[in-house]
Amino acid sequence: MDKPLTSKLRGDGTVVDIAAYERAGGYEGLRKALGLQPQDVTEIVKRSSLRGRGGAGFPTGLKWSFVPMGANAPSPKYLVANADEMEPGTFKDRVLMEGDPHQLIEGMVVSAYAIQASIGYIFLRGEYHLSAQRLRAALAEARARGYLGSNILGSGYSFELYLHVSAGRYICGEETALLNALEGKRAHPRTKPPFPQVSGLWGKPTIVQNVETLCNIPHIVANGTDWFRGLSLSEDGGTKLYGVSGKVNRPGLWELPLGTTIREILEEHAGGMRNGLRFRGVLPGGASTDFLVEEHLDTPMDYTQVQKAGSRLGTGTMVVLDDKTCPVGMVWNLEHFFAQESCGWCTPCWSGLAWTEKILLAMEQGTAEKQDLEVLRFQTKFLAPGNTFCAFAPGAVEPLQSALKYFSDDFRRHVDEKRCSWRQ
Amino acid sequence: MLTAEEEQEIKAELAHYPNTQAVCIDAMMVVQRSRGWVSDESIRDIADLLGMSSADLDGVATFYNLIRRKPVGRHVALICDSVSCWIMGCERVRDQLCTRLGTALGGSTADGRFTLLPIVCLGACDHAPVMLIDGDLHTDVDEQRIDQVLQKYI
Ligand SMILES: Cc1cc2nc3c(=O)[nH]c(=O)nc-3n(C[C@H](O)[C@H](O)[C@H](O)COP(=O)(O)O)c2cc1C
Ligand code: SF4
Ligand code: FES
Repeated sequence: MDKPLTSKLRGDGTVVDIAAYERAGGYEGLRKALGLQPQDVTEIVKRSSLRGRGGAGFPTGLKWSFVPMGANAPSPKYLVANADEMEPGTFKDRVLMEGDPHQLIEGMVVSAYAIQASIGYIFLRGEYHLSAQRLRAALAEARARGYLGSNILGSGYSFELYLHVSAGRYICGEETALLNALEGKRAHPRTKPPFPQVSGLWGKPTIVQNVETLCNIPHIVANGTDWFRGLSLSEDGGTKLYGVSGKVNRPGLWELPLGTTIREILEEHAGGMRNGLRFRGVLPGGASTDFLVEEHLDTPMDYTQVQKAGSRLGTGTMVVLDDKTCPVGMVWNLEHFFAQESCGWCTPCWSGLAWTEKILLAMEQGTAEKQDLEVLRFQTKFLAPGNTFCAFAPGAVEPLQSALKYFSDDFRRHVDEKRCSWRQ
Repeated sequence: MLTAEEEQEIKAELAHYPNTQAVCIDAMMVVQRSRGWVSDESIRDIADLLGMSSADLDGVATFYNLIRRKPVGRHVALICDSVSCWIMGCERVRDQLCTRLGTALGGSTADGRFTLLPIVCLGACDHAPVMLIDGDLHTDVDEQRIDQVLQKYI
């Protein structure tokens, strides 16, 4: 089975340098792209049915087609790699950047060429020290070999790419907040429209794309759309990086066909539950996705099927809940994160999440009242899509609303017994 | 006063952006790397250099998790408290660290060796619990490994 994104990664944790990358066919996708018209590259990506790997799953080629093109288009145009990766439970983009930084760089040059962007940034979270070090070295290598800078490989096309190291805040991953962070401002999200494709960084057309999404691009251009669609078991193209954390035998990360079932990932790759523990539930795609439970284990992990089961593919990195871990405690931990990371711009979100967290903590400490359960239910409606300025708050209540559905007995018991029976 | 090296490092970043405000986060991180934190005086110096008001710059500084407006110890230990680490027992690790070092989360040791702070998911959830000390990631830190890890930082 083809594993385009990870087959070059070294088992010993060292980096694929430029020589090794070129030997493995690296930068061939770029050579091929530079021989095509920019719009043709966008068309290929459209036909590949690649969807964004950052959480929202928007079709990538379609997004690019909204960028103004031609001699009268605003200039400069920008391309940004979203390497913020702060969604709890998610550890996929770090592996790609640490292990094979040139793959991201090549993906960015090809994507930038398609939309005719002349400046790019890699927006990297500040805690990723090793990624920063390896990306810096790779950027210098790529520049020295003529893959970046002016007149790339003699094509007449020029693209400058810089690393921007962020100073940390989950909301920076939301693409319009990210733009404000890059401009040196507080990272509050922006109103849409205008969409970044038309008016983004400093008011110019900007495409923001997840690291894993960008890493797919050179392979699509080099090997074609039929090959890319053939990698997948679902209607959308490609492989997917799937991760598992929690009390399984072999937590880890695997590149598998898009649409591999939850059961196969948990049992065959993660080695099943640890001795003496039973599976109770899973957040399929990071902290801001709804819990799925036993009846959903045969769900293929793709955009459509996970949604049908009542959750989202999200980042594709799962967090597993076992039967000896308190679901109420787990949800309290999640809402603590969201309450802390709310950017504070709109009241329902910052105030609603602080309240939610307080109630969950009270349940854990045994001081919650019966009507608090109603307040939690109310908050999940109050913070639903459409009621807050950005998608952060609806994401924040996804694990809570599904926990109230699947683990309601546990919540009730915390209130009735006035304690958490999992703690000694 | 910013040192000549700090000023040079900040000015090198200016070439990457169309205006000066865009480098303000980089500038604060430059100062923090050399001094450990960003003082009121540094805020004024950086604001002057970039043509911003100190109030605007402090507004940016206080938004971000990694910009420190208070002095810290020689080493900063960031302990992940997000969901996978919580499932894998980061509360026990945290309690043990606090006991070993004699300080609460958010505080510094009396000898100025360590500052202990919570941090959100560090992106190594398959090796939880995880902590980051200065620039080094430490994974699978259970109660046995803590002492071994701490010894590396004097
Ligand atoms: C609160 C919030 C946090 C987000 N964090 C990230 C992130 O860390 N990385 C990422 O790629 N996308 C993140 N996203 C999604 C981005 O807004 C955007 O959809 C994505 O970067 C687009 O790239 P893609 O189409 O390649 O997935 C986040 C969204 C929200 C609402
Ligand atoms: S929903 Fe939350 S994160 Fe989004 S703008 Fe409002 S306060 Fe900020
Ligand atoms: S939850 Fe701790 S590293 Fe991800």
